[in-house]
Amino acid sequence: MSKKEWPLWEVFIRSKAGLNHKHVGSLRAADAEMAIDNARDVYTRRSEGISIWVVPSAQITASDPTDADALFEPANTKIYRHPTFYDVPDGISHM
Amino acid sequence: MVKDLSIQELEERFQEKINKDIKIEPNDWMPDDYRQTLIRQISQHAHSEIVGMLPEGNWITRAPNLRRKAVLLAKVQDEAGHGLYLYSAAETLGADREETIDDLHSGKAKYSSIFNYPTLTWADMGAIGWLVDGAAIMNQVPLCRCSYGPYARAMVRVCKEESFHQRQGFEIMAHLAQGSPEQKAMAQDALNRFWWPALMMFGPNDAESKHTLQSMKWKIKRHTNDELRQQFVDVTVPQAEMIGLTIPDKDLKFNEKTGHYEFGEINWDEFWNVVKGNGPCNKDRVETRRKAKENGAWVREAALAYSEKRQNRKSA
Ligand SMILES: [Fe+2]
Ligand SMILES: [Fe+2]
Repeated sequence: MSKKEWPLWEVFIRSKAGLNHKHVGSLRAADAEMAIDNARDVYTRRSEGISIWVVPSAQITASDPTDADALFEPANTKIYRHPTFYDVPDGISHM
Repeated sequence: MVKDLSIQELEERFQEKINKDIKIEPNDWMPDDYRQTLIRQISQHAHSEIVGMLPEGNWITRAPNLRRKAVLLAKVQDEAGHGLYLYSAAETLGADREETIDDLHSGKAKYSSIFNYPTLTWADMGAIGWLVDGAAIMNQVPLCRCSYGPYARAMVRVCKEESFHQRQGFEIMAHLAQGSPEQKAMAQDALNRFWWPALMMFGPNDAESKHTLQSMKWKIKRHTNDELRQQFVDVTVPQAEMIGLTIPDKDLKFNEKTGHYEFGEINWDEFWNVVKGNGPCNKDRVETRRKAKENGAWVREAALAYSEKRQNRKSA
């Protein structure tokens, strides 16, 4: 008996037209088609979706959580990118 | 930088995150004990969902009508889904899915002892949905706020699906209780057999529960076993009264002062005996799962061989 297991797939579901696909979990399947079929059974038994993406988990590159400070800190200091940074005088509307 | 911190500093930071209710995600640093505790709990939970399909699967072909059959099929299929969400969550912690399943088959890993009781009559489908899924809901709702993200998210899905499980069971019991004297007796008999094992599902008394304290500090667990058990008794006793069934506990009485039901002593010898593998169906349950894996091996291999063959043809 071979010890080789079915690969792991990450599943993304579009819940309705107009919304983006969202990660819902993972599953094991021999190939992409089977992953779609299994995702249908595992993640959409109550009409949770109208479209499914499956991606081999091994193909995903993730940022390292220990780099999070260095990666995201620059955005934290640039509060002038948010509209709340600016004073709008009373009486001004449509802005 | 996190990379240069000592273990002690990392642990302090970790606990601070937990205290602030910040979820832990798969690639975040976590203490080894936290990881091991979660792997054990999540895989045991997964095994319980999968083994839990067997007592009910036993009655699918003998459901009294097509509606009941469709409902029971859907319910059992949901339990398979719950098992799969949970095995995936365990994998995010680095657990090997097949190894955890083999641990179930070798007896190294446990599952909820409730599933080691036989399902003797159709009324047992009612008792299981009402009491066993009811108790599972009590346990699982607080797990939706568990500190480990993938487990919490799996529990949100599970809890959404569980409420129909309990309702369909209660409906079966209510119908039988309003039926012929024989049907009512059958419902009462199922309640008699499943009541105490359902109370045991919450685990040993707090004084005996060795993992509770640490699990609560890590916010894996939010309530103690006894708190959850009390909550279950408090909501379930009036439901039984409503459908004219009697809880099989002569010590059961409502305490006006506390607003809670007082109930009799649980037979812990029975509990530990079943946990240790000597319940009525332990051997049968594990054997069935082991055979399912062995007998399905050629299918899994063939599917993989087929996909490899097609892959090679595409790249050729
Ligand atoms: Fe379940
Ligand atoms: Fe359930």
